[in-house]
Formats: sequence, C-alpha cells, structure tokens
Amino acid sequence: MPDGQAVVARLRGASKRYGGTQALDGLDLSLHAGQVTSLLGANGAGKSTAVNLLLGLLAADAGEVSVFGRPPSSRAARLCTGAMLQGAGIPDRLRVGEVLALVRSYYRDPRSVADCVALAGLDGLMERPYRQLSGGQQRRVQFALAICGRPRLLCLDEPTTGLDIDARQGIWRAVRELVAGGSAVLLTTHYLEEAEALADHVAVIDRGRMLAQGSVAAIRAHVAQRRIRCVSALDADAVARWPGVRQAERDGELLRIVADAAEPVVRRLLAADDRLHDLEVQRAGLADAFLELTRNPQQEAA
Amino acid sequence: MAAVLPTLHRAALRSYLLEARCECLRMLRDPGFCIPVTAFPLMFYVLFAVVLNRQHSAATAQYLLATYGAFGVAGAGLFGFGVTIALDRERGFLRLKRVLPTPPGAMLLARMAMAMLFAALISLLMALLAALVAGVSLAPLQWLALLAVNVTGVLPFAAIGLYVGTRMSGSAAPALLNGLYLPMSFLSGLWLPLTMLPPLLAKLAVVWPAYHLGQLALKVVGFDAGQPVWLHLLALAGFTAAFFALAQRRLALAE
Repeated sequence: MPDGQAVVARLRGASKRYGGTQALDGLDLSLHAGQVTSLLGANGAGKSTAVNLLLGLLAADAGEVSVFGRPPSSRAARLCTGAMLQGAGIPDRLRVGEVLALVRSYYRDPRSVADCVALAGLDGLMERPYRQLSGGQQRRVQFALAICGRPRLLCLDEPTTGLDIDARQGIWRAVRELVAGGSAVLLTTHYLEEAEALADHVAVIDRGRMLAQGSVAAIRAHVAQRRIRCVSALDADAVARWPGVRQAERDGELLRIVADAAEPVVRRLLAADDRLHDLEVQRAGLADAFLELTRNPQQEAA
Repeated sequence: MAAVLPTLHRAALRSYLLEARCECLRMLRDPGFCIPVTAFPLMFYVLFAVVLNRQHSAATAQYLLATYGAFGVAGAGLFGFGVTIALDRERGFLRLKRVLPTPPGAMLLARMAMAMLFAALISLLMALLAALVAGVSLAPLQWLALLAVNVTGVLPFAAIGLYVGTRMSGSAAPALLNGLYLPMSFLSGLWLPLTMLPPLLAKLAVVWPAYHLGQLALKVVGFDAGQPVWLHLLALAGFTAAFFALAQRRLALAE
C-alpha cells in the first residue's frame, strides 16, 4: 500500500454483533485517497457489515469508525460519500432524469447531468421510468446516483452483479477516472476479475476478521494454486506429503489435490498409478482461495 | 458568510421542492393508488347523495358532502403514506436515502405535501359533484372552509399511515390499512349518520380521528353534533403528534 496517500476512512478495531453472531470482530481497515480497496469474503464474512459501518447505517459495538475524521452518520461525512447499495429500491414510476435531478439537488456542487450520463452510460435512458429498465440499466442509474455528488469516498457493494461485459467495463472505466481524480473507493465483489481489474489493495475477511491483505499480486498468489482431481487408488495422506502439494483428500473414489503447480504433481501421479483416469486440472477460483484461507489461517499468516 | 447562506437556503429549498414533486409524480402515476382513493368517495357520494336521494333533499346532499369528503381525505392520508413507506423500507430506498445527504425532514415533508395535494384534489372533485350534480349550494366561505378542513385534516391519517408503514411489509400494510379505514369510517359516521348506529357504537365514535374530522366538516355545513371546535382540533392534533412521534422513533431505530 503506498504510504503518503491520505487516509479517507478508517475502521479501527471495529466489532459488531447481531444476536449470537459476531459479524465483525475487531476489524482494522483503512481506505486511502486515490486507491481502490477491494473487500473480499464469502457470504456472511462481514463485508456488508463493514460497508454499513462506513456508511453510518449501523453503529459499531466497539472500536472506531471515521469518515474524513467524522462520524459516518454526520451530514458532513454523507456529503462526501457516495454509495451503491445492493438493493436500491428506487421508486418504480419515477423517470431516471427525475431521480437524478433530485439526488443532484442534495449537493452544493454536483457533477453535471451530462457528465453523470456519460460516466454511468445513461444515454437515452433519462426519460424512461425506472421500472422499465433492465437490471443492468438500473445498476447504472444507481451508479450515477452514487457519483453525482463528486464523492471523495465511494462505496460500491457488488456494483456489477447482473451487468453485461460492456456495462461492467463502462463502470470500471468510470471508477478508474474517479480514483485518478483522488477519490477513495471501497469495492465489494464476488468477481475476482473485477478486483483484479480495479483494486490497488485487497482485503480478505472471514468471520469478521482480516485474513489477508495486500496488493492484488500478493492475493493472487493464493489463488494461483491448481486444483487437481482424478479417480485413483493412491493414498491421500501420502500424496499430501509430496513436494508442491498443499493438500490432498479423498472423496469416495476421487482424489482431490491442491498444488502450487500442476505439472510436476500430475507427472508423478501418472507415474505412481497407471490406472488413474478422469484427470482434471483447474485453476483455483477465488472461492477456493477463500476456502483455503479460512481453512488454514495459521499457514496463510506464516 | 452572508453570501453563502442565501444560496444554501435556495439549494435546500430546491431539494424540498424536488422531493415533493417526485413524491407526487410517483403517486399520480400509480393507478392502484389514485383510482381507489379518489373514485371510491366520489362514487359513494353519487350513490347516496344523488341516486338514492329520492326526495332530492339538499340537506342530505350537504351532509354527505362533508362526511364523504372526510372519508376520501382519510383514505388519501392512510394509503398515500402507509403503503409507499412500507415498500421503500422493504426495497432499500429508505436505506439509500439515509446514506445520501437528504435534507432533514425532506422525505416526511414531501409526503405530507403529496397527501395534502390529494386531499385538495378529492375535496375539489367532491365540491364539483356536489354543486353540479347533487345541487348543493353553500356560501363561498363555506366552500373554502370545507377545503381547508380537508387539506389539513389529512395530516392525522398521514401520521397513522406512516406509523403502519414503518411496522408492516409492503404487502401487509394495505390489508391492515383497509381493515382500519373501512370500519373506522363506518363507526365515525362517515357513511351513515351516527344516529342510525347502535347507541353504544355512536357514543364510542369519539375515539376515532375520522369522527373528529367528520364533525369539523359537518360543522361547516351546520350538521355537526354540537361539540366545540377546539375538542375536535385537539383530538386531531393529538393523533397527528402521537403517530408522527411513534413513526419517527421507528424510522430512527430501523436499520
């Protein structure tokens, strides 16, 4: 993380409990000006809770939450923060232009309508009722509402879910433009390629704790492992001790292996068992990486 | 500083106006709200004051002008506030509004403006029907007083609708509001004069806000039960304050 970039928003030792569930457990997270921080985690890891604390929708049980040095629910913080929430529920019968005009009026120096239309890709949609828009178009309207106040902190919660590739890249382009202008962006997403395309900094959380954080390259190293699957009678525990094998387990007649690189392991597997068949090699997905990280926290921290 | 303040105020005023405009457009474009809320009181009025009013009694037509006006206004307040708040809460629009720097109170004020606009609309349509079809003739001040009673009289019902909307889902709210609206209107003497109800129910009518609104409207046309104006005003103000306060607390607590 480049130092010297001003910290725009910060969670410090933030905890939040709902009933019996500890949603956040002493989370530290800093968002820097001119940087996209991507918050990754499985469902229920605490991503939404972290976002809700930063947006002032929830209050932390313990710890500190500040946005521009102020409580996130203060009007001053809200004037500098833009957000794209998962469900926006904009009234169905309002036209896009009407909603945009309303939200722009909340700010002293809003982005021009033309800029909002260009950045969010709303060409030709301004006169349309919100409910006649496709899911992707609705997401673009929500993005326009998030950026129309020239926010210096932008929180995007799963911004491109349901968008086609063009619309997604349009939003990425707009996010890059905002970041180049010095805004801090917090991005939560299920898409690894989205985090790769946008994030300067990645934070992986699980059960409300920070599991790993670092540059995209550092996090990608977790994900660069290969997943090997085959039908074989080889002993899983023995395979697990092979060099380059991180994990091996038996699932019925299947042998599942996680390895740093596939080729040497596959070569040795084929040599060791000539009846081996149905061999598959996959690049581990982001979900796999989370699973890895959550399963072996000590190993990952080392 | 002196130069900044007026611009700030003007900008905030613009937000309030746009907020009210959006709220009104949204309801005007929703036939599921507009049609029942305006058509039912008008239809009932035509039915009872014209079609079934065999003797062409001007007194009956005047009486029903007051009570069906109150009936319409109560509906506009209850449904205009209750259902949309419940929907907005359910679908996340209230969350978005909390994240945005929405000016303080803008959402409630916009909805109150919308409810008052609908009350005025119903009141005017009712007056047209009364004057042109039912043959009601009132002094100009009486017409104005009736309009004023209806437009401000929408507020206690708006407050009750708001409170229901903060407690119920978008699909449950209309059911509960109907369950409240129709019996309350009947028990408050808005459909039939209270003298035609069993005496116990007629006595209990004072517990309903719709009774007090009905009495104020009836006072304008000279058919009220003779209780003092301040009693009705106090009751309506009390309902408004209590339910707005309850709703405000629910909204502040809501995640």
